[in-house]
Amino acid sequence: MRYAMVIDTLKCVGCSDCVVACQTENNVPHGYCRDWITESVSGSYPKVELELKSERCNHCDNAPCVRCCPTGASHIVDGGIVLVTANECIGCGACIESCPYDARYQHPDGYVDKCTFCHHRLEKGQLPACVSVCPTKCMYFGDLDNPNSEVSQLLKNRNYKTLAPEAGTNPHVFYLI
Amino acid sequence: MQEELFTSGRHIPNIDPSLQIWHWPIALYLFLGGLAAGILFFAALFYVLGKEKEYPAAVKIASIVPPIALSLGLLALVYDLTHPLYTWQLYTTFRIESPMSWGAWVLMIVTPLSFLWTFSYYRESYSKIESKLNLFKRFKFLKTFEQFIKTNRIYIAYALIPLSIILGVYTGILLSAFNARPLWNNAILGPLFLTSGLSTGAAAIILISKSVEERHMFGKIDLGLIIIELALIVHMIMGYYAGSQVQLEAMDLLVGGEFTLMFFGFVVLLGLLVPAILESIELLGYKVPVIVPALLVILGGLIFRFVMIEAGQLTRYLY
Repeated sequence: MRYAMVIDTLKCVGCSDCVVACQTENNVPHGYCRDWITESVSGSYPKVELELKSERCNHCDNAPCVRCCPTGASHIVDGGIVLVTANECIGCGACIESCPYDARYQHPDGYVDKCTFCHHRLEKGQLPACVSVCPTKCMYFGDLDNPNSEVSQLLKNRNYKTLAPEAGTNPHVFYLI
Repeated sequence: MQEELFTSGRHIPNIDPSLQIWHWPIALYLFLGGLAAGILFFAALFYVLGKEKEYPAAVKIASIVPPIALSLGLLALVYDLTHPLYTWQLYTTFRIESPMSWGAWVLMIVTPLSFLWTFSYYRESYSKIESKLNLFKRFKFLKTFEQFIKTNRIYIAYALIPLSIILGVYTGILLSAFNARPLWNNAILGPLFLTSGLSTGAAAIILISKSVEERHMFGKIDLGLIIIELALIVHMIMGYYAGSQVQLEAMDLLVGGEFTLMFFGFVVLLGLLVPAILESIELLGYKVPVIVPALLVILGGLIFRFVMIEAGQLTRYLY
């Protein structure tokens, strides 16, 4: 089992519904986010390209945050999901400094918080909140170890990229391009 | 013309402006940790070499600094935690891959040892304070305890030599383990911070020492360490220039960017080159007030930590 998220940048319209769904589902405090939208324009006029991306924790295989954590609060569970145990976290910030994606933040209660791939929903057989609400259905979630899963098939048939692969983290959020 | 521009970032009000989550307590702690490591290393080394009488400041008198420095540093560290009530969680596990875990455990051992070391010289070196406090008269068991430590002092010294080196290296490795911050992600920070720590330790001993011979000896040691540190800084800069785009951008902050004056002016020139020249002149036999180079080295070490902490957090991967 290896969970992965695949996001089609050609279908994303940047509506931020995934952001709001995450904040609602996970009680993310006001002014904080576990996922966010970036919008980038590249090229030179009149040939310009717009790319919209919904970004979050990449649940890396070689997760620097887990490596740096001095207490073991940051850990990887079945399916490759990186989680933080709040009452083991001392709030030292080592994981925040080590994350190339700036995917973590210090919760107002002190501990470090981040995207969990909605682990609590997966246990009930539901999809992550962001994936389930996407109005353009540009987000896919599933098991990469299963060659017939939707995510495996998409990565087999489409061009894709990951974010900052040069950081050596082996991220597991894929962007179709 | 090819141009690329980002029209939007993340816009998360409480996360993005405060991504620089490490502030002055961390920089101060890295400095105090290095200083304590330097003094403890020289104290233990010269004790083992049997030079206790020749270098009384290094072995006995300056040993008051590490317990104070480590205590202040630990307070600063805990102050910077956002979930400080859970600090004990550091000691329920040992994570071999996490430099911070190494540091937590080394501090757990070194701090008590530094207190014991100071205590064993307390009556001898600080007899004036003792004559006022009369601690040994009031608490009889202190004498037995002091005797016990004195007989075992050599074992503490043997333990402190490797432990102080680990402490000094760890202050640098702590930063170099973060591959998301290109300015820090460089293995040379370990030896560089160790050398800087030893150098500030030697400078502190020069400040405290009253014997001309001892000041001379530590002037020589400090000069050697400064030369090594300069070489390591050159290697660091060369390494970044041979690195990837993110490392080149990181180096731009120090060379030509907003930290140029702080780094080259205060750390390299005032903190290393000027004291090296002054100490060389002094070794040639001219009279130089040793307090000047020693203070410059200590201040340079402090500013170096602040520059690395502040600048490092401005560097990141862009994608």
